[in-house]
Amino acid sequence: MAQFRLPKNSRITEGKHFPAPADAGRVRRFRIYRYDPDSGRNPRMDTYDVDLDRCGPMVLDALIKIKDEIDPTLTFRRSCREGICGSCAMNIGGGNALACTRAIEDVDGEVNIYPLPHMHVVKDLVPDLTQFYAQYAAVEPWMKTASATPPDRERLQSVEEREKLDGLYECILCACCSTSCPSYWWNDRYLGPAALLQAYRWIADSRDEGTGERLDALQDPYKLYRCHTIMNCTNTCPKDLNPARAIGEIRKLMIERR
Amino acid sequence: MDMRTPLARVRHLGASPEATSHWWWQRLTALALVPLLLWLVASLVWLAGADYLTVREWVAQPWVALLLILLQAALFHHAQLGLQVVIEDYLHLEWPRLAAIVATKALALVLALIGIFAVIRVSLGA
Repeated sequence: MAQFRLPKNSRITEGKHFPAPADAGRVRRFRIYRYDPDSGRNPRMDTYDVDLDRCGPMVLDALIKIKDEIDPTLTFRRSCREGICGSCAMNIGGGNALACTRAIEDVDGEVNIYPLPHMHVVKDLVPDLTQFYAQYAAVEPWMKTASATPPDRERLQSVEEREKLDGLYECILCACCSTSCPSYWWNDRYLGPAALLQAYRWIADSRDEGTGERLDALQDPYKLYRCHTIMNCTNTCPKDLNPARAIGEIRKLMIERR
Repeated sequence: MDMRTPLARVRHLGASPEATSHWWWQRLTALALVPLLLWLVASLVWLAGADYLTVREWVAQPWVALLLILLQAALFHHAQLGLQVVIEDYLHLEWPRLAAIVATKALALVLALIGIFAVIRVSLGA
């Protein structure tokens, strides 16, 4: 059966509280999921009161401030701090987002921060994305051609053909969409919205000659058709892309070639 | 212990091409059920309070009988396709899942046959 309750060793307990300094101005409360597999203890929620007068505007700014000034044991991934690397994807205020592009003031009440849902946790806010990357690899995200490369130029594409890749190529593989999808949580045989959007990015590419075999590989009740148009993927995408539409387009092509 | 690579686990047994036909028929039957169910509800409202013989005569008309047969075929086909998806979503052990799917399909088939047989019997005046 699908599991509806967390296993015993994953249930969350109450953790430590780090109050704001006495001279703090605007104080905002952050509640952050903490888990250290080496400790053998259950995960806990730590509470940090952060002085927003001495902190940048984004959730990532607050996380970096906490790690630098309050609690150096807090573990999270981050790199570009401008929404292009996808490293700081996490669950903020009940929805998946990039910590670097989510403003603190856009979160209501206490800022609750968890790792991406339904992934194995490596530590604190760092999820294990091994399966997610394998799903991406499984759609063979590279150009497949049988025709020889033109000797003197690139493979050409018209302006209209190139436009079909808009809304697809921008995906940064942050995993916000796939980890927000209940079908993805409950079926590890479902490729998930991110991998399917990437699959469609190559199906829609006029230069690619492997469209048929790509569709063959996806035509499966689990890999593709587990999508029940719940639309969490499209709602949560921090790049405003539409994985649900990409999945719909793949299904249309399946009907077209029946 | 599962020592396969993550890619081998994701690729698993490859694709199963029945999927598109399953999805397509689920959509087609859903589409057919919209007018058919509207017609059925309207007819039942119109027949409300009618006696047994009137209803029997109504069912016996050729067009009504044909529509009732079509309705039941579409309804039970749609139901078993949809229930299969639900079972695949929530039942992850291979044998219970297969057993539940086979049982659902068998039940849908039996119910459809009973319903269609009843219409034919009334219609042909047995």
